[in-house]
Amino acid sequence: MSKDFGLAVTTLWWRELVRFWRERARVAGFVGSPLLFWLIIGSGFGDLAFFFPGAITLTVMVSATFSTMSLIEDRREGFLLAVLVSPAPRSAMVLGKVLGASTLAWIQGLVLLAFLPLAGLRPPAASLLAAALIIYLISFSFTALGFLIAWHMESSQGFHAVMNLVLFPLWMVSGALFSPASAHGWMQVLMQLNPLAYSLAALRHFLAPAADPHRPPLASSLIVTAGGALALVLLATLAARRHPKGSFA
Amino acid sequence: MIVSVRNLTHRYGSRVALDDLSFDVAPGTIFGLLGPNGSGKSTLFRILTTMMAPTSGRVTIAGFDAVRRPDEVRRRIGVVFQSPSLDRKLTVRENLTALGRLYGLWGAHLQSRISETLERLGLADRAGELVETLSGGLRRRVEIARALLAGPSILLFDEPSSGLDPAARLELVSVIAGLRDHHGVTVLLATHVLEEAERCDRLLLLHHGRRVAEGTPAELKSRVGGDVVVLEVADPEALRGRILERFGLQAQAVDGALRVEIPNGHRFIAELVEAFPGAIRSIGLHKPTLEDVFLDETGVSID
Repeated sequence: MSKDFGLAVTTLWWRELVRFWRERARVAGFVGSPLLFWLIIGSGFGDLAFFFPGAITLTVMVSATFSTMSLIEDRREGFLLAVLVSPAPRSAMVLGKVLGASTLAWIQGLVLLAFLPLAGLRPPAASLLAAALIIYLISFSFTALGFLIAWHMESSQGFHAVMNLVLFPLWMVSGALFSPASAHGWMQVLMQLNPLAYSLAALRHFLAPAADPHRPPLASSLIVTAGGALALVLLATLAARRHPKGSFA
Repeated sequence: MIVSVRNLTHRYGSRVALDDLSFDVAPGTIFGLLGPNGSGKSTLFRILTTMMAPTSGRVTIAGFDAVRRPDEVRRRIGVVFQSPSLDRKLTVRENLTALGRLYGLWGAHLQSRISETLERLGLADRAGELVETLSGGLRRRVEIARALLAGPSILLFDEPSSGLDPAARLELVSVIAGLRDHHGVTVLLATHVLEEAERCDRLLLLHHGRRVAEGTPAELKSRVGGDVVVLEVADPEALRGRILERFGLQAQAVDGALRVEIPNGHRFIAELVEAFPGAIRSIGLHKPTLEDVFLDETGVSID
């Protein structure tokens, strides 16, 4: 990794953090609604611990993907235009954006993690650290996915539509709402095919292992989570080597 | 030549946006691409800034091929877009710091360079302000500072004064001229604003992706014969026939008015008014403008 590449990546990363800090009010909204959602669903079913990993996952997913939505406008009118005519390589632009946006989503996930005692969970420090790492990998994957989709989109309406079609079904059959053990046969197959189900299982392994004993093994959960993150960021980099849509008109 | 364009053609599907265009830009000059919206300026601008590859032809900037070596070209161009390209949530200095690092500049060297550039554009006291709090004219100057920061060989402007009020426009034109006069900067600008075009050293008039004319503003205007007389009349077609019959002159109907090019226009006005009493609603005379040049060559107006 050359010096210029590293400089470009850290600069774009830093920009996301500064912007985030200046728009703190927005963050409260991102964390607030899943928290409420978790308390209502969890209390309704009488199992706050079971729904906790799912609530964190949802927060991180939504925050990560929607923070890449700014790409759609940013490249037509905004900072990204200046980045695109600079000598910084496209891969540095992708990595800087993905690292920046995923750090922000991660911070929001960590804020939610602070409510762990409310769910009656007391995992050891090492498990908390492992959980934090998995939350980061989920953030990273969904930021890269968001980037990949936003790069091909002309409008943010289109982005919303695609994200609703991808994000929520993915989350609903990830084991966030129900355990594979209680699901019908075909649903169990779907859950086995859903990469997010593995990330959720890994998170549950460290945060609430007793809440759902019917999980895929930890090793495969970790491999799928890390492999997914890597695959998505590579795909995003490949996509960005072509010119963005919307700059052609 | 700092920019050299040879036989450049670009098609969107079957629509031809640029048609076999060739021109050169000499260092230390302001070169203008003048044409109405849809004339191919924006396409040409995207190709020159390496944002798009042409269908065919060759573009060389500071000695590097824009298609084969976009990285080398990007290092040597400063681009000011029509739409804002600053992060509104960052301060002026933060914006420039971020962009400077993308060019491999950093640390104390970058900071002193930023101060120097801001000074040059009269923005030194604005460094700590958030971009979103600045006026349109100031923002445009920050954009220029951003484009100049890495010491480019050439500055490329897309519609530099779009969205600016008349005062800010005027000021911007002198900022650009100042960069050429005091710092030897080469500037290429795409515009449809005549005041901007007037200030260029050399102009390329563009229509439907083709070169209409090229030269200095004075050269281009001298092609128009003498004065331009513009008549507002109730029935342009009828009067056009009568002018041809009576004076043997071809008048041009443009936007419901008649245009006649003629030396010693003031005498002609008297004769016209005498000849067609009541038929003329108003009459005006002016020295040829670039608009007249464009009208002569294409039959349509720039705006």
